[in-house]
Amino acid sequence: MVSRNKYRNILVTGGLLAISALLGTGLMVLVNRHSVPYIEHNERQVILRSLNAVIPVETYDNDILNDSIQVTDKELLGSSAPSTVYRARAAGRPVAAALTIIAPNGYSGPIVLLVGIDYTGQITGVRVVRHRETPGLGDSIEIQRSSWIESFDGKSSTNPSAAGWKVKRDGGEFDQFTGATITPRAVVSAVHKSLNYFQKHREFIFSIPEPAEINDKPVKMPANNRT
Amino acid sequence: MSDAPYRDIVKQGLWNNNQALVALLGLCPLLAVSSTAINGLGLGVATMATLTITNLLVASIRRWLRSEIRIPMFVIIIACVVTAIELLMSAHLHDLYLVLGIFVPLIVTNCAIIGRAEAFASKNNVILSTLDGIVMGLGFTLVLLILGIVREIIGYGTIFRNAELMLGEWAAQLTIVVLPGYEGLLLAILPPGAFMGLALLIAMKNKIDTWQSQRIKNRESVSVDLQASRI
Repeated sequence: MVSRNKYRNILVTGGLLAISALLGTGLMVLVNRHSVPYIEHNERQVILRSLNAVIPVETYDNDILNDSIQVTDKELLGSSAPSTVYRARAAGRPVAAALTIIAPNGYSGPIVLLVGIDYTGQITGVRVVRHRETPGLGDSIEIQRSSWIESFDGKSSTNPSAAGWKVKRDGGEFDQFTGATITPRAVVSAVHKSLNYFQKHREFIFSIPEPAEINDKPVKMPANNRT
Repeated sequence: MSDAPYRDIVKQGLWNNNQALVALLGLCPLLAVSSTAINGLGLGVATMATLTITNLLVASIRRWLRSEIRIPMFVIIIACVVTAIELLMSAHLHDLYLVLGIFVPLIVTNCAIIGRAEAFASKNNVILSTLDGIVMGLGFTLVLLILGIVREIIGYGTIFRNAELMLGEWAAQLTIVVLPGYEGLLLAILPPGAFMGLALLIAMKNKIDTWQSQRIKNRESVSVDLQASRI
């Protein structure tokens, strides 16, 4: 009798735990379902905000978030994974592009940057998207901490010349920070490479038309087309 | 008489059994994000909210809790609450989420939450448990805030820098420059600074406790002397 009670006890306890886990999971599914559309919307707003920081919003009129292509160039864009290029147009004519690039040689890991380049090859703005540089030293690349990142504005691959695209310690034009040379060195070199990439591939970048004109882009279909 | 348990809970949470200074629970998030006052405040508030909700939930189901599976049940509850908070915050308070978002998953690693569920909420009623959650969370928040302020002054020479990230644009003026022209001491911002700062706070609390018990002892011996002289 004792052992039978024991088995029952185990079954009831296990069942209770299983039901609770199911209940918890179910609740999370509901919360997730409710949140996902809002989160997607918010994340797009965040991307749009940083895009507008590198490309002046009054210079273009297209839906820049949906006008993007994926490109891969390990040498010039810093990653073997595809990176996103957003294209800004005014009345259908190319204005500028925003490239997501990676500076692979930061002090503590890769630094993700967003570089805005106008059609003539001039930088319209650079922002740091993500980094893990030392707080208080390398994090001066953030716009919230110092205006250093704005020293790229208006530069191009010919201004300064290739020799000038270095930090001052290496004989170039860009300031380094007190106590941190590796971080700005990595950023300067990554931005320079992105300019070279743009120079090489400018026509290609803008040659692919906007998704509004071609319909086979991965635009989200309404759910009812599954039936 | 009737408010005695409440007063005791408050005293335990803020001082006698402070989760950060006495129980030394939740050190991982505590040390990781106390580099500035605002970061500390952010994690503290998020922890307090979680602790209050989990305590409330655990206390309200304590009748049906079986002792063999209580720990997994706590884990389910805490994981669900933290996940729900993270998702809802990202959906409806996205700007706050961008700042506090990294802290919220860290709360899962805070043993103080499962500690309070086990030690208090599973044995007390809903009202007492909720109060315990609020007060324990408040005690944790205060330590985080003080540690953040100390580290920020030594590390950057300011208090409440980047307050606008958490409280909105108006808070940009909140930053107080304590030491103008100060270059900053990197050590205070890096992890070793967290350990040293926490050690200082614990030492200070112990000092105050010894000092206080000394005073009580002195008073007692004085009153004993008085009684003796009367006799």
